[in-house]
Amino acid sequence: MFNTATYKDIFRKGKSRRSREQIIRFLFFAIALASIITLALIVVFLFMEGLPIFSKVSVKAFLFGHYWYPTDDPPEFGIFALIIASIAVTGVSSIMSIPLGVLTALFLAETASARLREIVKPIVELIASLPSVVIGFFGMVVVAPFLQEVFDIPVGLNLFNASLMLAFMSIPTICSISEDAIFSVPVELKEASLALGATHWETIWRVVIPASISGISTGVILGMSRAIGETMVVLMVAGGAAMVPSSIFDPVRPMPASIAAEMAEAPFRGDHYYALFATGIVLFFFTLIFNMVADYISNRYRQVGAATL
Amino acid sequence: MKRTSMIIITAVMAAFFFCVNQAWAGNIVIKGSTTVLPIAQKVAEAYMSQMPDVKISLSGGGSGNGIKALIDGSTDIADSSRFIKDKEVTMAVEKGRYPVPFAVAYDCIVPVVHPSNSTVNLTVSRLKSIYKGEIKNWREVGGPDRVVVVISRDTSSGTYEVWEQKVMDKERVYAGALLQASNGAVVQAVSSNKNAIGYIGLGYLDDSVKALPVNRIKGSEETTLNGTYPISRPLYMFTAGWPQGDVLNFINFVMNPEKGQKYVKEAGFVPLF
Repeated sequence: MFNTATYKDIFRKGKSRRSREQIIRFLFFAIALASIITLALIVVFLFMEGLPIFSKVSVKAFLFGHYWYPTDDPPEFGIFALIIASIAVTGVSSIMSIPLGVLTALFLAETASARLREIVKPIVELIASLPSVVIGFFGMVVVAPFLQEVFDIPVGLNLFNASLMLAFMSIPTICSISEDAIFSVPVELKEASLALGATHWETIWRVVIPASISGISTGVILGMSRAIGETMVVLMVAGGAAMVPSSIFDPVRPMPASIAAEMAEAPFRGDHYYALFATGIVLFFFTLIFNMVADYISNRYRQVGAATL
Repeated sequence: MKRTSMIIITAVMAAFFFCVNQAWAGNIVIKGSTTVLPIAQKVAEAYMSQMPDVKISLSGGGSGNGIKALIDGSTDIADSSRFIKDKEVTMAVEKGRYPVPFAVAYDCIVPVVHPSNSTVNLTVSRLKSIYKGEIKNWREVGGPDRVVVVISRDTSSGTYEVWEQKVMDKERVYAGALLQASNGAVVQAVSSNKNAIGYIGLGYLDDSVKALPVNRIKGSEETTLNGTYPISRPLYMFTAGWPQGDVLNFINFVMNPEKGQKYVKEAGFVPLF
């Protein structure tokens, strides 16, 4: 009697546990699905609102047109200068942010004492949480006049200023992801290298970096995609001139700045509105490519245990 | 017992619906120019706080869209930064609606430079050459020997619209001009760059920048109202037929020097009185 009751109990409990498991599984699935559906709907919306412009302008004229005069009569929708501006700003900022970010990460993971690391790393991560509008304001009020004075250039709101601010924003991303990757290189690899008589520098250059290259590249690309999609900073400090820059001290108008500045005033579902959404599509492809490259690299050079080298 | 509670519930619901109906009774729809929007917004807020049972729904979309909405009857008031076109009047009259204009404020745009700039005056045609990118040095217009940095506004702003109408005369601002997103940003950019020239609404003028006279006339409330200052325009609210009821009250509120016109000044525009 006693025994059967216990068995029944256990059986019942098992059943309820299983169904609870199922409910939870379903719940998580639903949550995951909801966020994916939301994202998919945003993409669908983006395309629905952007594609109608191509009945007025050809894709080629839109992408390679040199003139962006969306409110003229007749309007001209050529975003070539905006695309070049986005690429230039991201490129120049990467030149500054990649070495700084990666080298800081190497320093923190390899040479810094544990105490220093514990102080510096949170500070670097804190920089990542600075609101972009604050950085933009800093660039506008402090950096722009400074650049004007130092380089004796007519205008401080330019490509270089924007790149500098963007570099400042992407360094924390690059640094903290790279640092995680470098730090997680198995200690046996380093020990083996040192035991074979390699110096610390040779170990870093020949062993640590190759072993963590996938993490470093992911960090770099995520940092760059943050820079290309960043809006507030470029809106405030890039200057906003829709022309192809001929020097790094020329004012430029990257795509996100153009969208943010004009969207509020563009007549709803007018050509200008469609053109801004189409610019958004172009931007979407840029960040998509960046993310796919990051994904590819992190899979391609994924480190499987200590044995890959 | 059950019955009384039923009666009470019904009474409460009826009262609720009655209240809701009351609240929606005075409903004013305003559409149109984004230039007039800040004025309409401030005035509407003040009006609604005084008349809690009047609801005002407000949206931008541009002068043309506002007047279109007035013609097809989907708005009570159309905000416009330009006068109504003949074609639009004909279309409205065909639908039995007679648009009535009310000038509610003036928009006055002044060119500004860095306080250290010694230029004393610019003519409209010189301004135009500067913004077309033809004049590249301040020396050419009687200023110091420095490069001109042209600062303009985003092409969809109302301020740009005035500039385009009154200064550029259908020609384009050249692509090398810096575009700023607000009046405040222009002031900030000009005050920190001794080469720069920009233009702003009169209400945003402060000591950090120097306003230049145009055709030797200083932009001010006085010169705007007497029509001598060249870069200004009236802003309108149009109604279909002479306004009545709540709409009339609202228009009266806007025109009142003690009430609506106070907010016109707060929004950075020139009041009528």
